[in-house]
Amino acid sequence: MDAIRTEKLTKSFNGLNAVDGLTLSVAEGEIFGLVGPDGAGKSTTMRLLTAILEPTSGEAWVAGYSIVHQAEALKEDTGYMSQRFGLYPDLTVMENIQFYADIYGVPRKGREEIVNRLLGFSHLTPFKKRQAGNLSGGMKQKLGLACALIHTPKVLFLDEPTNGVDPVSRRDFWRILYQLLKEKVTIFVSTAYLDEAERCNRIGLMHNGQILALGSPEEVKQLMKGTILEIRSSHPRRATARLREHYDSDSVGLFGDRVHLVTREPGQDSERVQKILAGAGMQVLGIRPIDPSLEDVFISVVAEGKVGSVHGHG
Amino acid sequence: MAMAEGEKAVVVRDLERRFGSFVAVNRVSFEVEKGEIFGFLGPNGAGKSTTIRILCGILAPSGGTGTVAGFDIVREAEKIKAHIGYMSQKFSLYEDLTVEENINFYSGIYSIAEEKKKERKEWVIQMAGLGERRSTRTALLAGGWKQRLALGCAILHEPPIIFLDEPTSGVDPISRRRFWDLIYELSSKGVTIFVTTHYMDEAEYCDRIGLIYRGELIALGTPEALKTEWMREDVLECVCDRPQEAMELIETIPGIKEVALFGKGLHAVVEKAETFQEIIRQHLLDNGYRVIGIEKIVPSLEDVFVSLIEARDKAEQAQAEVRK
Repeated sequence: MDAIRTEKLTKSFNGLNAVDGLTLSVAEGEIFGLVGPDGAGKSTTMRLLTAILEPTSGEAWVAGYSIVHQAEALKEDTGYMSQRFGLYPDLTVMENIQFYADIYGVPRKGREEIVNRLLGFSHLTPFKKRQAGNLSGGMKQKLGLACALIHTPKVLFLDEPTNGVDPVSRRDFWRILYQLLKEKVTIFVSTAYLDEAERCNRIGLMHNGQILALGSPEEVKQLMKGTILEIRSSHPRRATARLREHYDSDSVGLFGDRVHLVTREPGQDSERVQKILAGAGMQVLGIRPIDPSLEDVFISVVAEGKVGSVHGHG
Repeated sequence: MAMAEGEKAVVVRDLERRFGSFVAVNRVSFEVEKGEIFGFLGPNGAGKSTTIRILCGILAPSGGTGTVAGFDIVREAEKIKAHIGYMSQKFSLYEDLTVEENINFYSGIYSIAEEKKKERKEWVIQMAGLGERRSTRTALLAGGWKQRLALGCAILHEPPIIFLDEPTSGVDPISRRRFWDLIYELSSKGVTIFVTTHYMDEAEYCDRIGLIYRGELIALGTPEALKTEWMREDVLECVCDRPQEAMELIETIPGIKEVALFGKGLHAVVEKAETFQEIIRQHLLDNGYRVIGIEKIVPSLEDVFVSLIEARDKAEQAQAEVRK
């Protein structure tokens, strides 16, 4: 059974489709990443799937429950950590967890065991008496996660959980997520970090309420139109300006000390780039095709304008 | 522009800032060249914001010396404020005002000369690509437009140095690239850029990077140098099936310092690549994994940072043990 399935899910606000005909499914025990910029519709999708908002049209099922007809049952089997998850800054770590346990009606019997497990699992045991307001950003995130897991949900929704969190804490957070997968929890996470998306089993690239591409990160990368040539030269900035005189300026990009050129003719263009730069008195230190990043793919797919027409399986 | 030719844009020596007994910035020294794009990175709470506030003349240091745009950070804080641009992730635009009204407002704040106001306004509008949105209420602009408008407002007075505090948080990739094109353009005109970010790919776009941790500057150099010279350990990229499970297996091998998922493979941090290449391969094969390849790679910036930060944590712990 799919843990999540949506069927042409749509939500309009004032006639604008924030989520526009979303159709996807997520298998049990999978980590699915919804990837896209601010305003793409990620948070609205989350709120629909957690039955906080009602769809304008379409339908979705989470843990087997309809988001339209079985909202209450659905909430018992899902956990949700929103971007502004409600931690009480003047309560301690332990008190926050107990508070959520009460809200979700976790029985007193066996509760201590669950709480201790969550504390250990989120590496918060040494801090259980600390006030939530005095935790670092990364630790607050982990406490938010522990609270969202107090009722042992089958499906977990995380809305941009690592926004503004440094790379070390992000790594730690993802390690905890992988632990959860082993327990067959399904995770649906949204993120604006494209490198983070690479850590999901499957992803959907979202833009203007629609899914542009769906599949494993590897499959999605196949959708890249053209090849990326990485050019190292003695004067990267001058080289960028010069290449933009010869190529469409959107297909030339400066990335630190390297220039990227997106091309459909990598062989031919390697030679051409050599000539252009050498002719302008610049030394070419190397040209090679490189694997696209998800960011490259995102830009390529948006530029193609084939919104909604590119779909992997899933 | 205020700076003389060849002068450094930022110089700090033994910069220190204490809050009570807490040392937020601990004897930090570095220089930023004119026209350089300098990335200032570090975990939350490491001392990044405190340092920026000192450099912007908002906060006085407890010790050390420094200049920004040629002005002394202690004695000439007011002059610094007039000669820098500052843009934070919160953008500080007035949502109820139109694009033009926001620009007019900042023109007033920065006391732009009357005869220059129109020219600067047009420059911002053109730079941000807002020609058709002059009268649009700022609240209605998409993230990328807002970001470029905020940058324009922050540099209306043509400051020689711009401080950008996580400027691209939550902005879509296309706008992010456009933003960096603007940054490169400003830098090529001699404007110095001082930027903080949590995006490791963005850190790679900087000319040089400083990494601050627990108030101390623990690495300084070009992205290339950080990846090739600063990390003592080697990084092996392991590509195999079921990487998430394989990660746990590899972690249990004695001598493995760190394992993380990266794109299609795992990055394992080890003392010596040659020794561990075979050990990891054997472990994976013995446990029924299909191994596609294990090879030594140039570490990612994220690998370098995690490694440097953990090395610092361990050194600290060791010292604490000795003190006991």
